[in-house]
Amino acid sequence: MGAGHSHPLYVHAHSATHLLPPEVKVAATVAFVCAVAVTPREARWAFAVHAACAAAAAAVSHVPPRFVLRRLLVVVPFIAFAVLIPFVGSGERVDVLGVAVSREGLWGAWNVVAKAILGATASILLAATTEVPRMLTGMSRLRVPAVLTAIASFMVRYLEVIAGELGRMRTAMAARGYAPRWLWQARPVATSAGALFIRSYERGERVHAAMLARGYSGTMPEIGVPRATRRHWMTAAALPAVAWSATVVALAGPA
Amino acid sequence: MTAAGGATHASTRGGPGPSTPAVEVSGLRFHYPDGHEALTGLDLRVDRGQRVALLGPNGAGKTTLALHLNGINVADAGTVRIGGLLVSEPDLAEVRRRVGLVFQDADDQLFMPTVGEDVAFGPANLGLRGAALDARVDEALAAVGADDLRTRTPHHLSGGERRRVALATVLAMRPDVLVLDEPTSGLDPAGRRELVDVLGALAITQLVITHDLPFALELCPRSVIVDDGRVVADAATTDLLTADAVLRRHRLELPFGFDPRSVTPHG
Amino acid sequence: MHAPDGFLNAGTAVTTGVLSMGAVGASLRHMRTALADRQVPLAGLAAAFIFAAQMFNFPVAAGTTGHLLGGALAAILLGPATGAVVVTVVVVVQALAFADGGLTALGYNVLNMAIVTAFGGYGIFVLLRRVLPDDATGVVAATGLAAGLSVPLSAAAFAVEWLFGASAPVPFDTVFGAMVGVHLLIGVGEGLISAVAVGAVLAARPDLVYGARDLDRAQLTTRRRVGMRPFVIGAVLVALLFAAVVSQFAAPDPDGLERVAEDQGFITSAEDHVLASGPFADYATAGLRNESVSLAVAGVTGVVISLLVGLGIVTVVRDRGGRRSPDADRERRTAGTA
Repeated sequence: MGAGHSHPLYVHAHSATHLLPPEVKVAATVAFVCAVAVTPREARWAFAVHAACAAAAAAVSHVPPRFVLRRLLVVVPFIAFAVLIPFVGSGERVDVLGVAVSREGLWGAWNVVAKAILGATASILLAATTEVPRMLTGMSRLRVPAVLTAIASFMVRYLEVIAGELGRMRTAMAARGYAPRWLWQARPVATSAGALFIRSYERGERVHAAMLARGYSGTMPEIGVPRATRRHWMTAAALPAVAWSATVVALAGPA
Repeated sequence: MTAAGGATHASTRGGPGPSTPAVEVSGLRFHYPDGHEALTGLDLRVDRGQRVALLGPNGAGKTTLALHLNGINVADAGTVRIGGLLVSEPDLAEVRRRVGLVFQDADDQLFMPTVGEDVAFGPANLGLRGAALDARVDEALAAVGADDLRTRTPHHLSGGERRRVALATVLAMRPDVLVLDEPTSGLDPAGRRELVDVLGALAITQLVITHDLPFALELCPRSVIVDDGRVVADAATTDLLTADAVLRRHRLELPFGFDPRSVTPHG
Repeated sequence: MHAPDGFLNAGTAVTTGVLSMGAVGASLRHMRTALADRQVPLAGLAAAFIFAAQMFNFPVAAGTTGHLLGGALAAILLGPATGAVVVTVVVVVQALAFADGGLTALGYNVLNMAIVTAFGGYGIFVLLRRVLPDDATGVVAATGLAAGLSVPLSAAAFAVEWLFGASAPVPFDTVFGAMVGVHLLIGVGEGLISAVAVGAVLAARPDLVYGARDLDRAQLTTRRRVGMRPFVIGAVLVALLFAAVVSQFAAPDPDGLERVAEDQGFITSAEDHVLASGPFADYATAGLRNESVSLAVAGVTGVVISLLVGLGIVTVVRDRGGRRSPDADRERRTAGTA
């Protein structure tokens, strides 16, 4: 079920967004996505506002639209599910192009598709303008437990190393003519996963020894990365504020 | 560059005097959880400023010994003293300040997102902050010729760069003793040359575990052979590398065409 | 199964978020006690392993491939608390760094993919270990079944969440039947790969398998070789059987079960709807042909999931006081911090 996520989304540039401290970007993205998620589906105009905000963010961040569209493919499975909803859904039927589909189903499909695309776009823009280690620093500034961000930081640091080892194991197996097509032929894949776990764990023990050797006592030291200023927060709050205004109006207005 | 021997690294626990050995190991015994006896009574004394190569076959106990020097392994019997300070529970923090251990796999040692943060990790744990911390990082990176790598990510570095940065992470703690585990393994000739130059310029006491015999000859006037968990030979490197019978007995062999007699090692 | 934003309503997103945070918080506290200063490097590297393992595919049939979820595997290898934290970190970073899964969906994505699979999967594992032999083969078999069932369990959890927070007029029955049915089949692959992987770890470093920490040397070396092909075929048949039963539930037309119930007078078709007022999403309950049965299924599912997850939690809590972990042995050999 987990797909191949081997390409981080970071786009190297020096836009205003890139230069913002990570914690304001993460907070702004979450705020924006929440605004999108609670927007009532009938308020189509509100979604247009959200989309405009996303487009503005992309422009300011120097992220090409084609890049975003390509990365949006990750939501395609759910779009496919959403397309089915009007056919499977219950309730009053309506005629679309000669086919009777559920009216509620159409609304439901629109709801899922709009929110999924907008939410994914926001995530993509965040990832495109913020390198993952910076993002994790930002999260710890936002009061996410330091242990979690430290674990995530190590995961990110060693992911390529471990994936590289796994890749080499697979290459070695392929080089010996292993080309499985059926599940019962997958034993070597699984045993290599077991071997990889052992290697990863033992590397973890060695990393721990290296940390101890440099004075680690259980808490990661504060290395000191510049904190966000009020100006940074105000800048980042601009687009989510617009989005929330639209959402609030939509929530308050006629259903 | 300080001369080897002056009490320039006075520590809070009463600095070591001029005649205190940098490293003193007595009767060290250690076995692994699976029962295997790794160290069977090892004795070793290294004086201040000396450079000693630790040679020996795989599985001899060299890496195990290295992990005792900074208290990561706990001995079954015997003692380890670093600058006179006994390696034991209450003094581990100071011991780890005094002993800088560079591991075999540089990746195990570079666990922070950027080089700068990795080099800062050690001194930050010692309590440095702000400008003092930055200065220490600069100093360590300069010592290994890696000033330009400060903002880089570790896994985008070459093997040689990684090795030098790993060394910098340790130098940043201003150790009294440097212990290096197979520092030249996996390096291409240029990377090896850079490393030899860096290590040769450091006036710190050095223990170098290595299979690279020409490297040992070039850098370390004294060599110790470890086999079966104890020291089996201890002499000037030139003498050891020309003692064919000794080398053969402990599975050591000179590279094809290499004649130690034809080389003038560093002092 | 990385659901995007807006898939479930806000109330469900918040509730599942609170549940997830509670579970993760408790798991972190346990990790700190169990692993001390080793928790960051060990969990970090384990998370890298799970992430990498999820990236690579395994063959399923005729060239199609599948991917590992790894929650139950992580729990059996590392213990459910650490396993849950590790998979949580994977899911969260996937959402933030790869836009895989909505940020507002993290509550239920973490709950389904990390908490339910790790704790629920471990609960199933514990139950199976009680009936299976106390040796390496028993552990491997328990792993296979627990990991295999953790996948439909996760899907069932999603279906129960759908009942409360559906964003589209698809009835609970349909979601439950379709999701659980499909995931029963997907679980076969997960179960098999997890079982063989744990077997490989047991053979080389048995001290690294949390779920086998009670076995002694003699028990560990007892292995019975089981052929892969009959196992796979058997597992697929069983899964198909269950899936067929479950998916009946999702069928849009009334089936024999409902007809029988009507004839026997258990339900009448024109009664006041049980689900009319209540916390359930209108959508999930709209179009339910048979409310009582649907509600019963949802209820039983919820209870089963809660019990299994609870069992997983209880074993962790109990372990803190009692049994010695293999790490304790290592701690005597190596010194941590002063």
